[in-house]
Amino acid sequence: MTYREAMRAAIREALNRDERVFLMGEDVGRYGGCYAVSLGLLEEFGPERIRDTPMSESAFVGAGIGAALGGMRPIVEIMTVNFSFLALDQIVNNAATLLYMSGGQFSVPLVIRMTTGAGRQLAAQHSHSLEGWYTHIPGLRILAPATLEDARGMLWPALCDPDPVLIFENGILYNMEGELSDNPSGVDITSAAIRRAGEDVTVIAYGGSVRAALAAADTLAGDGISAEVIDLRSLRPLDDEAIFASVGRTHRAVVVDEGWRSGSLSAEVSARITEHAFYDLDAPVARVCSAEVPMPYAKHLEDAALPQAADVAAAVHVLGS
Amino acid sequence: MTPRARKTAVPDRPIAQPGRAADASPDAPATSPVRPPVTRKAPKDGSAGTAKDHERHLLHQMLRIRHFEERCVELYSASAIRGFLHLGIGEEACAVGLVEALSPEDAVVSTYREHGHALARGISMRSVMAELEGKLEGTCRGRGGSMHIFDAATRFFGGNAIVGGGLPLAVGLALADQLQDRRRVTACIFGDGAVAEGEFHESMNLAALWHLPVLFCCENNLYAMGTALARAQSETDLSLKASSYRVPAWAVDGMDVLAVDAAARHAASAVRDGGGPHFLELRTYRYRAHSMYDPDLYRDKAEIERWRARDPIPALTEALSAAGALGEEERERMEEEVAAEIEDAVAFAEAGTLEDVAELGRFVTSERGPEGTPCLP
Repeated sequence: MTYREAMRAAIREALNRDERVFLMGEDVGRYGGCYAVSLGLLEEFGPERIRDTPMSESAFVGAGIGAALGGMRPIVEIMTVNFSFLALDQIVNNAATLLYMSGGQFSVPLVIRMTTGAGRQLAAQHSHSLEGWYTHIPGLRILAPATLEDARGMLWPALCDPDPVLIFENGILYNMEGELSDNPSGVDITSAAIRRAGEDVTVIAYGGSVRAALAAADTLAGDGISAEVIDLRSLRPLDDEAIFASVGRTHRAVVVDEGWRSGSLSAEVSARITEHAFYDLDAPVARVCSAEVPMPYAKHLEDAALPQAADVAAAVHVLGS
Repeated sequence: MTPRARKTAVPDRPIAQPGRAADASPDAPATSPVRPPVTRKAPKDGSAGTAKDHERHLLHQMLRIRHFEERCVELYSASAIRGFLHLGIGEEACAVGLVEALSPEDAVVSTYREHGHALARGISMRSVMAELEGKLEGTCRGRGGSMHIFDAATRFFGGNAIVGGGLPLAVGLALADQLQDRRRVTACIFGDGAVAEGEFHESMNLAALWHLPVLFCCENNLYAMGTALARAQSETDLSLKASSYRVPAWAVDGMDVLAVDAAARHAASAVRDGGGPHFLELRTYRYRAHSMYDPDLYRDKAEIERWRARDPIPALTEALSAAGALGEEERERMEEEVAAEIEDAVAFAEAGTLEDVAELGRFVTSERGPEGTPCLP
């Protein structure tokens, strides 16, 4: 099974489980989803529940908010995070604020899924990792499934959340293969996970960067360095306890973020470690981020712009042991 | 066939079509572009009341809104109300005529100039005033203020202060009704400024494409903040824009509450009966500045006076009096009732409490169960 199929299974299970659930977005129906996540679902569930929309991000995201207010449980798909900015008003000014502005009267049980990340030579308007911007917004829950299990398991608890949840699927993961149990009951969406236990350094990653972190950990093991890899999973709220506990054991931290360094999620994680676990550190917190350029098309340039396993390993070596 | 001819399929009685840009110009003579229909419908509750009872009720509602907002000006000057305060003085016929045409199960999505819509919808004047004064007893615990009145009990979904931002919400509320087979109308109120926003066009298209039960109501007061319609729109006939999405659309004299009431009933009933989205352009005017911060430098005083001469409140008062349906004594009693309600609301707001600062973080996210589990609605 692939990550794509795991996500499709999650959508199918949610549609079967709750008749209030429906999927809408650009080309989710007849086309089968721009990344083929929803392929076949139109035939299975019909056009009322698998709804193709016009190229109107603001209207269909806002319609998702309104439908949630009206008692439905919409899943809205946006093709990529870059396109989501056409709906930024609805996400930030409405979805994230309505509960608070209304004094607790109107919650927005909406799930928005979108693709993020680079690595597919799609250049500067389809490749950026801007989920960090959304983590700035109170009122939103931000998830980044990095495994098949999370691709399958995060959607249902997200739909059960009475508040808006954004799920960021790194496009490079869609073809990732693995085994999955039959259990569709969902996973915990509040905590980070240790993807590899280690003693010498904590490598903190999420989404598409988890693979680079794990690959780096393999390399480092060959060098005699035991790296612990933490997958954040929930980007807002952050699981501070898991991060601090790991850093408390390893005394070193490297944050890997496919976003740009300036004003980034990696900056937030780094700041929290500095604020709360400073005296546990034996070295400054290091960061491995994308180069601060609009993502280039040419493969060698794109590779150079992205955090690679070798960059992570190199950052660990700089911290010493 | 002209685009305009397509529109005439909708209203079941002839409605004079106004001229185009000339009518929308702020310098146009302030004559009614649309004649109100001859017949009046009985009150919606089907009570034994006469048509004149209904008209007296409309007058009463307009007076409540007018005097409430006049009192808001005083309270703003006294610093009891702060922030941005947008008044709809002059536009009461739109709020009352439209909202009165709706049923309790319908939804209203409004803008930051929504005091009138909220009061007409039946949200208590006490809670609206308390909200304006930032009190816990307000509609939103003082979290929203003048621009963000919400009320679940009357299905009043704001109070949206991003121009155009409420339209997609209304589309979604209507989609939920359609998917759940509920015969409800979502009334979406916005100003002429919103028509320049992409969200207007996206929402009109989506609502028409999916045949959703939305009643789009554009309160065209001729100014988007300080920018005159003709300075912001290449096509100033706003109904024409709506009809380009195959949405039945027509203009209504927004200074005539009976015209608005009749048009809104007609349109709401068509929407409820599965007629898809409808669009009403309510041609109106605000007498006061955009907000309390606005020095109102962009309008001609004579223009304001011309529109004041068409004030919907004296117009209906005089019509009722002339018809022998409103005696002087009754009119005075109505004024006294309104004054008493306002005084009560002000006293209520002033006696209200400030939310404990310890509650600052409440409702950023929904309240959770004892073990952190979400309280599923």
